[in-house]
Amino acid sequence: MSLLDPPAYTDDNRLGMGRRLLRQMHIDLPLLLSLLILVGLGLFVLYSAADQNPDKVIAQGLRLLLAFGVMLAIAQFDPYTLRFWSPWLYGVGLAMLIAVLVIGDVGKGAQRWLDLGLFRFQPSEIMKLAVPMMVAWTLSESGLPPTRRRLLLATGILLFPTLLVAKQPDLGTALLIASSGLFVLLLAGLRWRVVLGVFLTLSAAAPVVWHYLLHDYQRRRVLTFLNPENDPLGAGYHIIQSTIAIGSGGAYGKGWLNGTQSHLDFLPERSTDFIFAVFSEEFGFLGAMLLLTLYLLVIGRGLYIAAQAQDTYSRLLAGSLTLTFFVYLFVNIGMVSGLLPVVGVPLPLISYGGTSIVTLMAAFGMLMSIQTHRKLIAT
Amino acid sequence: MSKPLHKPVSAFRLAVVGGVVLLAGAVLVWRAVDLHVFNRDFLKNQGDARTLRVVPVAAHRGMITDRNGEPLAISTPVDSVWVQPKVFATAHDRWPELARLLKLDPERLQRLVLARQDREFVYLKRHLSPQLAERVMALGLPGVNLQREYRRYYPAGEVTAHVVGFTDIDDRGQEGLELAYDEWLRGTPGSKRVLRDRLGRVVRNVEQIRKPEPGRNLALSLDRRIQYLAYRELKRAVFRHRARSGSLVILDVHSGEVLAMVNQPAFNPNDRGQFRPAQTRNRAVTDVFEPGSTIKPFTIAAALLSGRYRPDSRIDTSPGHYRLGRAVIRDSRDYGRITLTTVIQKSSNVGASKIALSLPDALLYRVHTRFGFGADTGSGFPGEVGGLLNDAGHWRRIEKATLAYGYGMSVTALQLARAYAALADDGRLHPVRFLRVEKPETARQVVPVRIARQIRRMLEAVVAEGGTGTRARIAGYRVAGKTGTVKKAAAGGYSEDRYIAVFAGFAPASRPRLAMVVTVNEPRDGVYYGGQVAAPVFSRVMAGALRLLGVAPDAAPAHPVRLAALGRPDTEATP
Repeated sequence: MSLLDPPAYTDDNRLGMGRRLLRQMHIDLPLLLSLLILVGLGLFVLYSAADQNPDKVIAQGLRLLLAFGVMLAIAQFDPYTLRFWSPWLYGVGLAMLIAVLVIGDVGKGAQRWLDLGLFRFQPSEIMKLAVPMMVAWTLSESGLPPTRRRLLLATGILLFPTLLVAKQPDLGTALLIASSGLFVLLLAGLRWRVVLGVFLTLSAAAPVVWHYLLHDYQRRRVLTFLNPENDPLGAGYHIIQSTIAIGSGGAYGKGWLNGTQSHLDFLPERSTDFIFAVFSEEFGFLGAMLLLTLYLLVIGRGLYIAAQAQDTYSRLLAGSLTLTFFVYLFVNIGMVSGLLPVVGVPLPLISYGGTSIVTLMAAFGMLMSIQTHRKLIAT
Repeated sequence: MSKPLHKPVSAFRLAVVGGVVLLAGAVLVWRAVDLHVFNRDFLKNQGDARTLRVVPVAAHRGMITDRNGEPLAISTPVDSVWVQPKVFATAHDRWPELARLLKLDPERLQRLVLARQDREFVYLKRHLSPQLAERVMALGLPGVNLQREYRRYYPAGEVTAHVVGFTDIDDRGQEGLELAYDEWLRGTPGSKRVLRDRLGRVVRNVEQIRKPEPGRNLALSLDRRIQYLAYRELKRAVFRHRARSGSLVILDVHSGEVLAMVNQPAFNPNDRGQFRPAQTRNRAVTDVFEPGSTIKPFTIAAALLSGRYRPDSRIDTSPGHYRLGRAVIRDSRDYGRITLTTVIQKSSNVGASKIALSLPDALLYRVHTRFGFGADTGSGFPGEVGGLLNDAGHWRRIEKATLAYGYGMSVTALQLARAYAALADDGRLHPVRFLRVEKPETARQVVPVRIARQIRRMLEAVVAEGGTGTRARIAGYRVAGKTGTVKKAAAGGYSEDRYIAVFAGFAPASRPRLAMVVTVNEPRDGVYYGGQVAAPVFSRVMAGALRLLGVAPDAAPAHPVRLAALGRPDTEATP
C-alpha cells in the first residue's frame, strides 16, 4: 500500500487538513508525539551514560530512524493484512527459533543469535510480535468467549515458543513473549477463575521450576534480589550500585552529566539495562516521575486504541501489545530500583541497543494501523 | 453466548487491566519515593563512600643550607608511578611500551606485577621527572597512576654527605642531620578529598582537607667554602699516602660551631647505590682512636693546675727511655733535662709519663673529663660515641704513664677538636653545634685562662723551628698545634707498622679563631708521622679557611709563601 493512495473508507469532510494528512499517512499523533519525546530524552541520557561519546548517540539515532521507518511502514498495512499474515509470521519465527537452537551463535553465554550472512539477528524478537498476533488470530476466528478447545490451542501456541526462548536461555524475552500471549487470552475472556487457577498452579509449581528448570545464574539472581547485601561484590553488585545511583539523585538530581555512580564506572550496563539509574541519578525524583508519566501516556493511548478497535483481532492485538510494553517497563524499572530480580530486559525506547527497538516500533506501527484504519461510523 | 462482533472484548476487562496497570505504576512511583526521599541520605552516603577518598598530600621537606644560606639539601617535586595489578593486567599487550619508557626490563616488570596480583598498589618506578611522568600518563594505560613526591638533591654531593646525611626513598631522614632533625625538616603531610572511579583512578580533586605543612629550613654551622677546601685537601692526602681513611674537623673556637667536617672515604648521597656503612659513616663522630701525643697538652694542663709545675719547670728524660715494671716507655732520642714546653715541643713520652706519675690520679682524671673526654660532646649527631676514659682510682702505674701520652683511652676527632678549641678560647669549653649559632651559649671555664694561654704558647713551639709540627705553619699566621703518631692497637699489643697520623691545633695563635683536627688512618706509603702526613693538610686548609673568613694575619711572613690553591676552578666544580 502506498502512502499516496487515499484510503477508501476515510470520510474527508469530517476532518481538518492536518489531521487528514496524518490520517492518510496512518499516523496517530498522540502516540507519535509521546514516542518522540521519549526517544529524545533517551538520546540525552544516552549521551551522558555513554560518557559523552557522540558515536554511540549517532548509532542509536540511526537505529531509531530505521525503527520509526519500520513503524510507519507497518502502519500502512491494514489490520486485515496483519491478521492474514499472522500464521505465516508465527511459522517463520518458530522455524528460526528451532534453527537457533540447532545452529545459532553463542553470545554472552546464551544461544540467541542467528547469523543470516549480512547481519545477526534474534528470532525471539519476531516472536514478541508473532505470538500475540497468532494467539489473537486463533481466538478471533470464532466468537468470544473462546471455547475450551481454542483456549488450549492458544495456550499451546504461546507456550511452545516461550519454552524455546527460555531454553536459549533468555528469561527476560521468554517472560515478555509469554505475557504477550497471556494478555490476549485474558482480554479474550479467560474466565477469572481460570486466571486464578493458573496463578495458583504457577505458585505451586514455583519450587519445581526453581529446582529443575532454572539455570544456576537465574537462581543466583533471584537469591541476590532477595538479599543483595549477601554478595555485594558479586551478584548483588548491580542492584546495590543502581539503587545507590537512584537514591543519591534526590529530588532534583545531580544534573545532566554529573552522576557520580554512572560516570565513575560503578554502575554496570549503564547505557543498556541500567540506564534508568543514570536517568534517576542525574534528573532526580522529578525526572523519574516525568519519564513514568510519558510512559503512562503511551500506555494509556495504547489501551484507548484497543478500546476503540472495531474487531476482535485488532482489540486483542492492540491490548496485548500495549500491556506487553507495560510489562517491559515495569520489569526494567522494577529490576533497576531493586523491586524485582535482575532479568535482562532493557528500558523500552531508551536503552541503547538494536533489535528490540525495531520490534517495539513495529508494535507501535501495528497500533497506529489499528487506529488509523478504523471506519468512521457513528457509534 | 456470543456477543456482537463490534464489542468483542468486554469493557470491564479492559478497565480491570487498566486498573492493574495503574496499580503497578503506583508501585513504581512508591519505589521511586522510597529511594529518592526516604533512603536518599543513606544511599548518598553509600555513593560517596564508593567515590570519595581521602588521600595524603606529600609535604615539602625543609631545605638544609650552610651558614651562609648556600643549599646543601633541597627537595624537588617528582612523580612515582604505581599500578593496580588487576586493572593493569587488562592491557598486558602494551606493557613493553611502558617498560621501554621507564627503562625497565620487560621481564622484570612482568615478574614485579604478576607476583603482586592480589595487591591494590604496586610501585613501578619511583621518582621520575615530571616530564617523563607526563609521557607515561600519555600512554593511557589502565591502572597506571602517579603519586606526587619530593626527591632530595644534595648539591654539594660527597663534600657534605657525612654531615648532612640522607633520606630514604620515602623522604624520611636516615643518616646524619637529615635524621637528627627529621622532625623539624619533615613538615606534616596534608590530605585532600578526591573523586575516584571504580578502578581507583583519581578523577577530580574535590577539596583540600588539610594543607600540607611544609617542613622548616635548617641552617647548618658548616661553611660550604671551607668544607670544599677541607674535603679536597683531606682526599688528596688520603690518596697520596694510600691511607685507609681520614677525618677532618674545624670548629669555631668562640661558638663551638662545626665549620667543616669531612671524612674519607666518602659517598655521593645522590646515588643510593653507594650507600655502604664503610662509606656513609661520619667517622669524625662515630670512630674512636687513641689520641697519642695529641693528649699531652692536657697532661701538662693538669701539671700546671697542680701548682707543682710551671712552663719552665724541668724534667729529666734521660736516658730517653723509662722502665716501668716490664714495660719500657721510649722517646725518639735522649732529650736530657727539658722544660715542660720542650716536652710538648719534642713530644717526649718519658717527660709526659714522669709528670703524670707525679700527679694525683683524681686531678689527671678531672682535667681530662673537664675537657670533654670520656663522654660524647652532646652534639646530638646520630651515632656519636664518647670514647673511653677509665675512672681514676683503678689505674696501675703503667696505665697512668701511658695515659699521659694518649694510650689507654680513646677519643673521636670531634672530641679532640673541641678540647683544642677550649685551649684556644682561654680554657672555655663550648658545646658542639652543627647549627648556625646566633648568640654563643655560655661556655664552661675548664682551666684558668692563664694556664690555657701558657699551653697555647707551648703549642706554638711545636710548630716553631725544632718542633715536630713545622709543616703545619701558615704564612702570615701564628699556628699552635700538636702532632700525634699513634700506633694502632693490634691483637695482644700495638702494631709496629700501622699508624694513625694526627694533627690537632688552632690559629691564629695570638687570637685563636679556628681549631682543627686532622687524622689520617694507616698511611701506607712509608711516611706516617703526624707532622709529615697530617700537619701539611692542617696548614693548607687552615690557611685557606682563615683567608676565606677574612681573619687578620698576626705574623709577618718569615718564609716563602705557599698558598693553598684558593678559588681554583676545580674547587667549585667538585660535586
